[in-house]
Amino acid sequence: MLTLKFVLRNLARHPLRNALTVLGIAISIMAFGLLRTTVEAWYAGVSASAANRLVTRNAISLVFPLPIAYAGKIRAVEGVTHLSWGNWFGAYYVDEKNFFANFTVDMRSYLDLYPEYVIADDQKAALLRDRKGMAVGAKLARRFGWKLGDTVPLKGTIYPGDWNVVVRAIYTGRYPNTDETQAFFHWDYLNERMKVERPSRADHVGFYMIGVDRAENAARVAGDIDARFRNSLAETLTETEQAFQLGFISMSEAIIMAIRLVSGIVIVIIMAVAANTMAMSARERMGEFATLKALGFGGGYVALLVTGEALALSLLGGAAGCALSVPVTRVIAHVLGDYFPVFLLSGETLALQGAAAAVVGLVAGALPALRARRVRIADVLGR
Amino acid sequence: MASLFSYSLRNMLARRLTTALTVGGMALVVFVFAAMLMLSEGLRTTLVLTGSPDNVVLLRQGAKTEMESSVDRDQAPLAESLPQVARAADGGPLAARELVVLITLNKRGTTKPSNVVIRGIGPHSLELRPQVKLKEGRMPRFGTSEIIAGESIARRFSGTGIGESLRFGLRDWTVVGIFEAGATGFSSEVWGDADQLMAAFRRSSYSVVVARMNERDGPSGLDGLRAGLAADPRLQLEGKRETRFYEEQSEMMAKFLGVLGTMLPAIFSLGAIIGAMITMHAAVANRVREIGTLRAIGFQRRDILRAFLLESLLLGASGGGIGLLLASTLQWVTISTMNFQTFSELAFSFTLSPRIAVWSLLFGTGMGCLGGILPAIKASRLVIVDALRAA
Repeated sequence: MLTLKFVLRNLARHPLRNALTVLGIAISIMAFGLLRTTVEAWYAGVSASAANRLVTRNAISLVFPLPIAYAGKIRAVEGVTHLSWGNWFGAYYVDEKNFFANFTVDMRSYLDLYPEYVIADDQKAALLRDRKGMAVGAKLARRFGWKLGDTVPLKGTIYPGDWNVVVRAIYTGRYPNTDETQAFFHWDYLNERMKVERPSRADHVGFYMIGVDRAENAARVAGDIDARFRNSLAETLTETEQAFQLGFISMSEAIIMAIRLVSGIVIVIIMAVAANTMAMSARERMGEFATLKALGFGGGYVALLVTGEALALSLLGGAAGCALSVPVTRVIAHVLGDYFPVFLLSGETLALQGAAAAVVGLVAGALPALRARRVRIADVLGR
Repeated sequence: MASLFSYSLRNMLARRLTTALTVGGMALVVFVFAAMLMLSEGLRTTLVLTGSPDNVVLLRQGAKTEMESSVDRDQAPLAESLPQVARAADGGPLAARELVVLITLNKRGTTKPSNVVIRGIGPHSLELRPQVKLKEGRMPRFGTSEIIAGESIARRFSGTGIGESLRFGLRDWTVVGIFEAGATGFSSEVWGDADQLMAAFRRSSYSVVVARMNERDGPSGLDGLRAGLAADPRLQLEGKRETRFYEEQSEMMAKFLGVLGTMLPAIFSLGAIIGAMITMHAAVANRVREIGTLRAIGFQRRDILRAFLLESLLLGASGGGIGLLLASTLQWVTISTMNFQTFSELAFSFTLSPRIAVWSLLFGTGMGCLGGILPAIKASRLVIVDALRAA
């Protein structure tokens, strides 16, 4: 207890320097947390996917469609309980800069397959009744100020032309990591217009979403589906929703690697700052340490004092950094909302921030503590 | 001045561990700063070099990427015959009808799929892109299932080396050549005969028409071409200068890197400035007596201010120099990532420009200056008597 008091009292000896060090550590710990949150945000789609859902797409690549006639054949595969389909629609609202994720889907089956999109019953009924109806995420609706019943003019890019859809439902996420920035409207609406305007593109879907009875069966069902369409004009590639989402991320792996690397560098930077402060305090106090030793305290106790001081500094900084991370994450989630639909500070990140602070304290205190332990009474007091 | 300089320099050397830690911290911050700038610069040069200013890309109205665009078989010859399109040696229009689609390929040694652009080319495609050169093997013969791969693709994806083959669209496609296209987006593409690829993919229309503009029209040629397109109701196409087109292809990516590139160094530099401040405060506190002596023997307040500021500037500048040196080694690193807008692989490298070098050094020195200014003022304000009495 006395030792702890000793350590804390020592911190008060250089208030400015120690305050600056704590501030530096706090900022770096916050930066570390933000970078980790960024990486996690990248994986949000993966963590939000269910193990018993499969995605079937054209084996050549996602830009090639699959005939709607496949639906019946896929449904007949043993183990398939749900089947829905959709297209990446890729339209924008008023200006190209207003990019958001929008799909056309087979609405009824899609909502069955994705219970995490929570829609009030009356809105759901209205959505299913209106062929031009659209469901939008709560965050997206806030971003553009859309309300129920608003007609939204979308500009098609992949499907050219003006598409006037009506907001019939606003969904919220069942889980914190559910993406609330998407919009869906009826595939039937798209298909009917395609039949008139571009018959060659009608009756095609971008992907099938499949619900499997048990997650253990997913691999077998995927194999069965692909076998069924082998050597056809449109061969399929079926994978779990998770693998499908991971595919997108692995393509941006280099950037994620860079962010991870940088979050390592930030820890090294704080270590340099904290070690610097500790080296200075220890150097100034060699005389005191020698006196303590002369009084009979052991080298270990002196080292403990130095290490304790380093730890106290870094933990104070770490706590401040964690506290800072919370509001800053909110601000960033707002600024980068277009890129990251989900930007949440996770408990794991907070724990890692704390651990990083502890490690920084121990490492920064190590060398000065060693020097303090080795200090020879005669050398210092004899001066 | 010279004596001041050597005083500052030797002060730094007097406490090596502290100096090294401060400089090291700053060097890392400058490293991150320079690396982010180099990444943005690399992306920019890659995409700017991909297009050439004399070429124009004709896309379906409203299409933002080549993959979304489609140009019907009957539209293509009409567009090519506009008077603003230059003539080739054979007297026909110097234009190419191209098909651009994505195919999924696995990286070598893994089963991780990535989207790669495959471009169906016409006879004039190569002439329109002087930056593309055959490196190994030969060009694909038209009318066959032969393809050539860009060098960044051939290195990294399985089945794309010379003599290897890919299977898609119920056919095997043999790689007969590797082309190099410098630091352009074409290096991340696979090329083959447009008509063969269209047959394999069951596509009835081209993606884009690329045409060389007539030199005699000068910069107004594009306006003329656009007027020509607008005047013909059969042509629901729009024309964009190729350089501008490729720049637009990466706007989201550039914005993302820009946000990351300003936020990260901004946060990190706070940490480093604080580090410099701690060091300089300690440097002042340890030398109160020395400062008093200097003042007593006739040095002015501004000399003291200058000496300490100089010391922190030296700290910052050496941090900047070391960081820049570290960052310059990144030039050998190539980053390949997905372009968010086109969903396709794009390889680019860290590019160091003189502008970035100057900015990085300024950034380092600026951090030193910000960190040192308060302690230096404090030092210059010391009263001689008090300073000399200090223990």
